[in-house]
Amino acid sequence: MNVLKPGLMKKHFSLPRFFTSKGWQSLFIAVASSLVVFVTSSTADLQTSLQGLGAANPSDIEQAVSAIGLLNDPAALPVLEALRDRRLRVDDKGALYIMNDDGTSTREAESSSPASIEGLQLRSPVINNVVRRTLLPVIAQLQLQSPDAAVRLTAAEELSKRPRAEAIEPMREALNKEKDTRVRTVLEVALAQMQLKSENPQERLEAIAMIHASGNLGLKPELEALVAKREDGSFAEPDPAVRQAAADAITSFERTQFFISSVGNLFYGLSLGSVLLLAALGLAITFGLMGVINMAHGEILMVGAYTTYVIQRLFQSYAPAAFDWYLLAAIPTAFSVCAVTGMILERSIIRFFYGRPLETLLATWGISLILIQSVRLLFGAQNVEVANPAWLSGGIEVLYGVVLPYSRIAIIFFVIMVVSLMWLLLQRTPIGLQVRAVTQNRPMASCMGIAAGRVDMWTFGLGSGLAGLGGVALSQLGNVGPELGQSYIIDSFMVVVLGGVGNIAGTVVGGLGLGMVNKLLEPLAGAVLGKISVLVFIVLFIQRRPQGLFALKGRLAEG
Amino acid sequence: MEGSSLRNTPSSSELTPTWAVAVPDKTTAYQFRLHTPREWTVIGLLVFIALGVIPLLNWLPDVESSLRLPDYLIPLFGKFACYAIVALAMDLIWGYAGILSLGHGVFFALGGYAMGMYLMRAIAGEGVYRSDLPDFMVFLDWKALPWYWYGFSNFGFALLMALAVPGILAYVFGFFAFRSRIRGVYFSIITQALTYAFMLLFFRNNTGFGGNNGLTDFKRLLSFSLQSPSTKLGLYLISVVTLLLVYLLCRYLVVSKLGRVLMAIRDAESRLMFCGYDTRQYKLFLWTVSAIMCGLAGALYVPQVGIINPSEMQPSNSIEMAIWVAVGGRGTLWGALVGAFLVNGAKSWCTGAFPDLWLYILGTLFVVITLFCPGGLVSLVRATGKPTSSTVP
Repeated sequence: MNVLKPGLMKKHFSLPRFFTSKGWQSLFIAVASSLVVFVTSSTADLQTSLQGLGAANPSDIEQAVSAIGLLNDPAALPVLEALRDRRLRVDDKGALYIMNDDGTSTREAESSSPASIEGLQLRSPVINNVVRRTLLPVIAQLQLQSPDAAVRLTAAEELSKRPRAEAIEPMREALNKEKDTRVRTVLEVALAQMQLKSENPQERLEAIAMIHASGNLGLKPELEALVAKREDGSFAEPDPAVRQAAADAITSFERTQFFISSVGNLFYGLSLGSVLLLAALGLAITFGLMGVINMAHGEILMVGAYTTYVIQRLFQSYAPAAFDWYLLAAIPTAFSVCAVTGMILERSIIRFFYGRPLETLLATWGISLILIQSVRLLFGAQNVEVANPAWLSGGIEVLYGVVLPYSRIAIIFFVIMVVSLMWLLLQRTPIGLQVRAVTQNRPMASCMGIAAGRVDMWTFGLGSGLAGLGGVALSQLGNVGPELGQSYIIDSFMVVVLGGVGNIAGTVVGGLGLGMVNKLLEPLAGAVLGKISVLVFIVLFIQRRPQGLFALKGRLAEG
Repeated sequence: MEGSSLRNTPSSSELTPTWAVAVPDKTTAYQFRLHTPREWTVIGLLVFIALGVIPLLNWLPDVESSLRLPDYLIPLFGKFACYAIVALAMDLIWGYAGILSLGHGVFFALGGYAMGMYLMRAIAGEGVYRSDLPDFMVFLDWKALPWYWYGFSNFGFALLMALAVPGILAYVFGFFAFRSRIRGVYFSIITQALTYAFMLLFFRNNTGFGGNNGLTDFKRLLSFSLQSPSTKLGLYLISVVTLLLVYLLCRYLVVSKLGRVLMAIRDAESRLMFCGYDTRQYKLFLWTVSAIMCGLAGALYVPQVGIINPSEMQPSNSIEMAIWVAVGGRGTLWGALVGAFLVNGAKSWCTGAFPDLWLYILGTLFVVITLFCPGGLVSLVRATGKPTSSTVP
C-alpha cells in the first residue's frame, strides 16, 4: 500500500489540470459545429476514459474499461491490449505510454508517436481479475471491428466464452455488417446466449427467433434448457410464450437433425455396402461357379490390404516424391498378388474338393488360419497403418455436421467401376461366356469343349483378385491387421446368401441393401442390435426365398 | 500328455475285428444291440482307467513321486471330457445326419453361461462391492437383477436352464431352417452367423452377462470350494460319467432304427422323402438333442475352467469343434472321441511348447485331413483291417 500512495496523490493533482486544458478546448469547438460536437466530444470521452486506465485503483480502471466498452471505439484497442499485456505505463502526470514489443522503446498512448521516457517516474497500472473480466470481453468487442476476419473470429469466440450484457448492442451491429459465415455463426451463438439471459421476455423471444433462423444446431442445448423444468417442478423459463417459441425451435431443429443424420447414415450405408459388395463379389462368383465356399476369402482381402501396405512402404522409402500416387500402383499389384494366390490355392487344394462343399469349408478355413499366422509372423500381430494419400484425406462438408470423406467417395466410385468391368467381362467377352456356361451346367459345358478346369482356375483367380481390390479399399478406411478378413467374411456370406449366387445383380443389391440397412438401423437400435436384427432378418428371409433374391429360374436352378 | 489323453480312448486294434455290428439282419425284423461283449470289455476297461486309475494316481503316490499325476492335469482331463461330449454331439449331427453345424459353440457357451450365472449368484454379496448383485452390474450402476437372472441362485434351475436354453434355441432355429430346407453350406453359414450374432450380443455390456469379461471369479459350487483339489477331482469324475452316459445315449440313437433313418438322410435325403419319411422331424429332433448335449458339456466345463466369456462363441471355436470330429473320423462315435482328445491334447501341448506354430498345425490339419483322409484317423485304422463299403459324403 505504501507504494501505491504516491500514485493516489498524483491522481488528485492531475485530473483537474486535464479538465482545464483539453476539456475547455473541446467545448469551444462544440459551439462551432453540431456534427463536430458529437465526434470530438466522443473523442474527449475516449481520452478521458483512456486516462482512467492509468488510475491506481483497480476498480477505477475497471470503470474506465467499461466506459471505453460503451464508446465502442476501436482506437482504444492498442491501449487496452497494452494494459492486458502489462505493457502500459503511467508517468507522474498521468500521461500513458506503451512499451513497444522490443521491450526498450516506448510510444505515447494517444498519438502513438515515439516518446522517450528517460527521467520519468513510471509505474504500471495494477490490474486484478475483476479488471481482467471486463477488459478481455471489451477488447474482444472492439476487435469485432477489425478488418481481419481471423481476429474477428477469435474475438467472437472470446465473447461467447465471456458473455457481457453491455456488449450486446455492439455485437448486433457487428453481426449486421459481418460477411464471413464462420464469424457470423460464432457471433450468433454468443449473442443468442447473452440475450437468452436477458430479463426482458421480448429480447429472449428475439434470441430464440435468431437461433431458429440461424439453424445452428450447436445451440439446441440452450433451447432445451429453456423448456426444462427445475428440480422443484417450476419451469426454468417463466414466460409461456418464450417456452412455446423455444419448443417450436427445438422441434424444427430435431427435424433438421434427423434429416441430416439420415443423409449421413445413407452415405455411410452406401459406403459400407460398396465395401461389402467388393468383398462379396468374388465370393459370389466362385461360389456360383464351383459351389465352393471359400472361407479364406476374407484372408485374401487381408493379403490385398497388406500388399497395399507394402507398396506404401516401398514408395515411402524409394519414391517419396510420388507418394501420393502409390494407390495407383497398389491397385494392380494387389489384384495380381491376390489373383495368383487364389489360382495357386485353386490348383493345389480346392480343385480336389469339387462336389464336397462341406469339406471345402473346413479346408479353406485351414488355409485361412495358415494365411493369418503367416501374416502375423511377417508383419507382427499389431495393426499397421496405411496412410491415405493427400488427395484422399479430408472430405467435403455437405451440410452442417455431415462430412463426406473423400476416401469413402472414392471407394464408391471405385466399386462402380469394378462392378461395371466385371459385368462387361462376364457378359461381353468369350471368357465370360465360358464362365457363365460352366456356372450353369458344368458337364454340358465340358461337352461343348470348354476346358472347365482352366475356367475354374481363372475364375478363382478373378474372384481372389476382386478380394484384393477390396483389401486396397479397406486399407483406406481403417487400420490393417491380421484379423481384418475375419470381420468381413460373415457379412460377405450374408450378402451372398441374400443376393443369391452366381449373378452380379443379386450381389449388388444384397451388398448395398445390407450396408444401408445396417447403417440405418444403427441409430435406432445400436450397432450390435442392428447387426443382430439384420441376421434375424436374413434367416427369416431365406424362409421365403431359399435361393436368394435373384434365384436362377427354371432348368438353370437345378445346376 | 498326449499319451494320457489317449488312455481314455478305445485302442483301435482291439475294436476293429468286431466293429461292423449293427448290420441289419435282412430276414428278421430290425434288432439291435449296443455293443458286442468284447466292446463292452474295452469300454469297461477305459472307464476303469478314467474313473479308477487316474484318480488313484492323483491321490496315492507322494507329491514328489514320478508316478503321481499332478493336480493341474485333473481339470484339464475334465475339460477334455467336456470337449469329447461336444464332439459326440457334433458327430451325431454331422457324421450321421450330414448336417455340418458351424455354430455349436453357441449352445456350448449358453450352457456354460447358465452354470456361470448360478456360480455368480452363489457368491452374491462377496464381490468387491459387497453388493447382492454381481460386480459388473454394480459397475454398470444397475439397481436390480434383470428378470432373466431370477432363479439362478437355485442350482437345479440353473442346470435345467443349461439344457433348456440351448435346446429351445436349437429347436426354434432348426424349425425355421429345416422347414425352408436350408441344407449344405447354406446351413453351415447360417449357423456360423448365429454364433457370431450371439457373440456380438454377449459382448455388449448392457446385455447383462458381464460383456467382454464374461462371468468369472467363481468360488463355490453347491458349497464345495472350486479351488480345492477334491472338488476338481469330483468335477472330473462327473464329467467322465456324463461322457459315458452321453456316449451310450448317442450309441443308442445311432444303432436304433432312428439311426438308420438318419444315415439315409445323410446319403439320400430326397429318396427318403419319397419313401414317405418326414425327414424334417428327424433332423429337428437330432439337432435339438445335439444342442442339449453341448449345453450340458458347457455347464460342466465352466466350473472346471473358472470363466465363461463371449469368446467361446467365436465362429473359430465352433469350426474347431468340427475338426475334432473330422480328425477322428465322422460317422463313428469313437472316432469323434479320439479326435476330441487328440486335437485338444495336441493343442494344450503345442500352445505351450511352440505357440507360433499351433495355427499352422491346426490349419494344416484342416487341409490334410479333409484332402487325404476324409474318413478321419479311424478310416486309416479300418483300412488296415478289413475293407468296408461305408461312404462318407
